[in-house]
Amino acid sequence: MTEQLIVHGLDWTVKDLFVYPNEFIYWSIQIVMYPYMTGLVAGAFVLSSLYHVFGQKDLQGIARFSLVFSLALLPTAMLPLEFHLQHPFRGINVMFTPHFTSAIAAFGIVFSTYAMIVMSEIWFVYRRYFVEQSIALRDQPGFGNQAKRLLYNLLTLGAFDVSEPALAIDKKGVKILAAIGIPVACFLHGYAGFIFGSVKANALWMSPLMPVIFIMSAVVSGIALCMLTYIIIMEYKKLQATLAKGRGDESVKELGGVEMDVITKTSRYLLSFLVAAISLELLDLIFRGYTAMKSWDILRSVMFHDDFINIFILQYGCGNLIPFILLLIPRPSIKRMILALVLVLFGVFMMRWNVVIGGQAFSLSFEGFMHYKMPIIPHSLETYKEGLFGALTVAAAPFLIFWGINKIVPSLQKI
Amino acid sequence: MNPSRRKFVKTALAGGLAAALPLSALKMLSPAEAHASIGNDKVRWAFVVDTEKCVGCGLCVKACKLENEVPYDAPVTRTWVERYVITRDGKSHIDTPKGGRDGFTSPKIRDEVIPADEITQAFFVPKLCNQCSNPACVQVCPVGATFQTDDGVVLVDRSWCIGCGYCIMACPYGVRFFHPVYKTAEKCTFCYHRISKGLKTACVQACPFGARQIGNLKDPSDPVTKIIMTQRVAVLKSEYGTKPQVYYIGFDERVR
Repeated sequence: MTEQLIVHGLDWTVKDLFVYPNEFIYWSIQIVMYPYMTGLVAGAFVLSSLYHVFGQKDLQGIARFSLVFSLALLPTAMLPLEFHLQHPFRGINVMFTPHFTSAIAAFGIVFSTYAMIVMSEIWFVYRRYFVEQSIALRDQPGFGNQAKRLLYNLLTLGAFDVSEPALAIDKKGVKILAAIGIPVACFLHGYAGFIFGSVKANALWMSPLMPVIFIMSAVVSGIALCMLTYIIIMEYKKLQATLAKGRGDESVKELGGVEMDVITKTSRYLLSFLVAAISLELLDLIFRGYTAMKSWDILRSVMFHDDFINIFILQYGCGNLIPFILLLIPRPSIKRMILALVLVLFGVFMMRWNVVIGGQAFSLSFEGFMHYKMPIIPHSLETYKEGLFGALTVAAAPFLIFWGINKIVPSLQKI
Repeated sequence: MNPSRRKFVKTALAGGLAAALPLSALKMLSPAEAHASIGNDKVRWAFVVDTEKCVGCGLCVKACKLENEVPYDAPVTRTWVERYVITRDGKSHIDTPKGGRDGFTSPKIRDEVIPADEITQAFFVPKLCNQCSNPACVQVCPVGATFQTDDGVVLVDRSWCIGCGYCIMACPYGVRFFHPVYKTAEKCTFCYHRISKGLKTACVQACPFGARQIGNLKDPSDPVTKIIMTQRVAVLKSEYGTKPQVYYIGFDERVR
């Protein structure tokens, strides 16, 4: 009996009717988290690029923040994969012997290219700041200050020239990198969609629309998370200012004004990407129903019976329709925005869930079903990794990393 | 610009291009391709399952588990036997308790006994890896840990598999799983360690009714090749384009 307990998937798969013996929900919550996190990375980067490349002035306030935030999100796109691998220490094999007919093989390469672009772009944006910090800390006594100065010295990479022409080159560098970054970000995420869309054995996943759907919903979730985090930070600042200077102070009002302005402008971009994402998803659904291939019978019974609440109520209803209306109603308020953004993030998460888990909800035999019971209280390493707490670890990681990075490259002050 | 330097750059560019052209005319072979091109091309393993002969005793599953050290009681298996019971209303009732390892001794299918006079057809279908000519699992492995041998068998390198499960997802037949001990992708190998020494696979040897046979497709006198050439056989799920190499006699369209 002890042998049975270590069969991967046995802990959380419930089989119904005829399912092949080796079929389990092999890809569980961490594989839901993986495209969700890469989506957030790509979305955050695209948001910042809209300002840097296309000069969307209305996004100036959030562009720098979303760029740094996308760096914080970057390592967490890899985290769910490491949690999921049966041999996490062999993950690096993908870099050693990439097998290029596999969609996953490109991951290491695309991912590191993207990481380099983000880091170089941040360097160009913050180089002047690094130099200024280094100069400002020069005469400050104390070990802490000198250590900090050493860090900033290292970060300048020896480029101390802050003359006008040098800064102009920096600006150009940012623009070029942001421009290259957009297709790379889309590729990073589009191919996450390709990983699923190319699995011909899976009737729900196989669709050439999958990569595009993934990119659109990625941008939606990335923008939403950036807006939400921005609101939380600005509210915190407002609270601090209120505590220090009183509610009616000019600085508090100013902060509130800036915040509302940034949020309303960014929400327009969010809306347009949301429309694109929903249209593509509905197109995919309608097309499957209309063509009604062999797999449609089982897909229909999964979509309209077992997963009806997940797909139509939670994903399309709560995750798309309600926030869509909330964002469209005139005279936005911060509270309503927060509600809409949380719902958008939830909707994209449910979309990932319905793709990953929903794709395994039916047997390859088309004669049976599998239900996923997510492990809540872990009783082994595996049930932690592939359970609620593993997912929460992954979800919390970018905020911790952002907190650390933001200490070195302040993304929320005017510099 | 210094004219001599310009000339040098020009010549270097032209020379570089000239050198690159013949290089690009050559085809780069991957190590596997290079090996395959000089490897053994006299053997292509194929399998024939005669569903008319199978009685669902499960000896093949038992033999496979013991031979290939797949934990005996774990609910995963390299090969299994499915029972199909078709009733008057046209419905298929399918099951494979423990992969059919202990035989089908009970008339119950998921706690339901189907009255004998309702049954129009009943048969058993053994399943195993199809050792596809165009294997989806090999295509999707990100590290190349699963590969196809020259003689057509798909194997997994347990020392290199990262355990991502992509191959398990890609197989339309559900033959792959994670080995409960090694935690790597696991599958039927046609008992490669046996067939490459001239032995039969464990399941073929264990089958008392000759429902399973393995042979070399490239040998026209091989009994398996003769069956495939002269009888009406079918493969599973040909619509996926994987070109399976396990051929079924007495196939039924209701087989999943």
